[in-house]
Amino acid sequence: MPRVVFTPNIQRHVECPEATVPGRTVREALDNVFTGNPRARSYVLDDQSALRRHMSVFVDGELVRDRTGLTDEVKENSTVYVFQALSGG
Amino acid sequence: MTDTLLISTRKGLFTVERERSGWRIARGDFLGDNVSLALADPRDGRCYAALDHGHFGVKMHRMSGGGAWEEIATPTYPEKPEGYEELDMWGRPLPWSTVRVWALEPGGDDEPGVLWCGTIPGGLFRSRDHGESWEMIRSLWDHPLRTKWMGGGADLPGLHSIVVDPRDSRRVTVAVSTGGIWATDDAGATWTQRGEGMRADHVPPELTHAPIAQDVHCLAQCPAAPERFWVQHHNGIFVSSDEARTFTEITEAGPSVFGFPVRVHPREPDTAWFVPEIKDEKRIPVGGRLCVTRTRDGGRTFETLGRGLPQEHAYDVVYRHSLALDETGERLAFGSTTGGLWVSENQGDSWSMVSHTLPPVYAVRFA
Repeated sequence: MPRVVFTPNIQRHVECPEATVPGRTVREALDNVFTGNPRARSYVLDDQSALRRHMSVFVDGELVRDRTGLTDEVKENSTVYVFQALSGG
Repeated sequence: MTDTLLISTRKGLFTVERERSGWRIARGDFLGDNVSLALADPRDGRCYAALDHGHFGVKMHRMSGGGAWEEIATPTYPEKPEGYEELDMWGRPLPWSTVRVWALEPGGDDEPGVLWCGTIPGGLFRSRDHGESWEMIRSLWDHPLRTKWMGGGADLPGLHSIVVDPRDSRRVTVAVSTGGIWATDDAGATWTQRGEGMRADHVPPELTHAPIAQDVHCLAQCPAAPERFWVQHHNGIFVSSDEARTFTEITEAGPSVFGFPVRVHPREPDTAWFVPEIKDEKRIPVGGRLCVTRTRDGGRTFETLGRGLPQEHAYDVVYRHSLALDETGERLAFGSTTGGLWVSENQGDSWSMVSHTLPPVYAVRFA
């Protein structure tokens, strides 16, 4: 099953331990994480369940392209990284 | 008299208390985090803080007695209808998502637990359970004219002022930058636009007097004379004596008629305070002298109050929520973008500095 890893910066606000969850897309994997950790959802996704503007998700080192639908494919042995985009100063 | 102030800043929420030796910062919460607004509910003592975590979005916190904060529900926009696309004034998709909490007010005394919340990009929300849950007021969001709201200082429209009529809690008036003034008489079931007589000189001539085109910076209602409304507008100062239906422009008000906040005395509808700045691209105090202006005669004349305030090389901007008046109408406080905080105990005649090293101040409120 894919592994989902969260940025250390989010841990100050809401605990997001690394998780191993089923899922064939980024959406499925994240939904499965948030089912067990509902508070974390709104820290990563906006009100329309799209990726927050300054968040980024990588699958096996590749930045996901579909930030709205989160349809990018996740493989059985993939690692999904949920990071904040570095912007501002 | 109120002895406690809540100061919302770019880097935390500060509680300021009046001690024998003067006003002192007594406590800091959420240090390092952006606190856009806070509210101490006078009906039950609960405190609310709106945080903007940037990357991680807007979050609401509440303190119920005891002194410990807990995260509560954040006003959340409804799911966008399938296939619906709405562009903002820049041609980009308008986010149906809370970008900032920009107004937070208690409901009436007869409706404990009711809170009203205004947001960027314009959604109005109500909680009936002390912020445990929020409902969007769809009647206003779905109003056909809402799509004509535009950004003002911010890129997106923002609902920043909410006043609940002390005579009848179902009567609520809100103001939008930019989108003018909107009122409901039935607790939010239906809304009508108000604000005839205001004037915007930054729009095409056909829109100059259109109520929807008005960039209201701040709206205030006199509790003892609720027919009286004051507006600090992008274009100047306006006053209404008929529940915000029609306004008269005040064209002379000391150093400048431009500014962000307005507060009205709780019992004297002709007495109101403003913080003037140079209009409008500059937004700094006139001549580098920080001052508050006060009228006691409904806007016919203004006094310029600067005793105790920096009178040279002051470049403080005072945002719309950063001027506070207590329930007696005697004490005022304001904070600035350059981290200054001042208090007056004599209606602004003189001021004492509490700090000049705070982070940029977004909101000041008596608790």
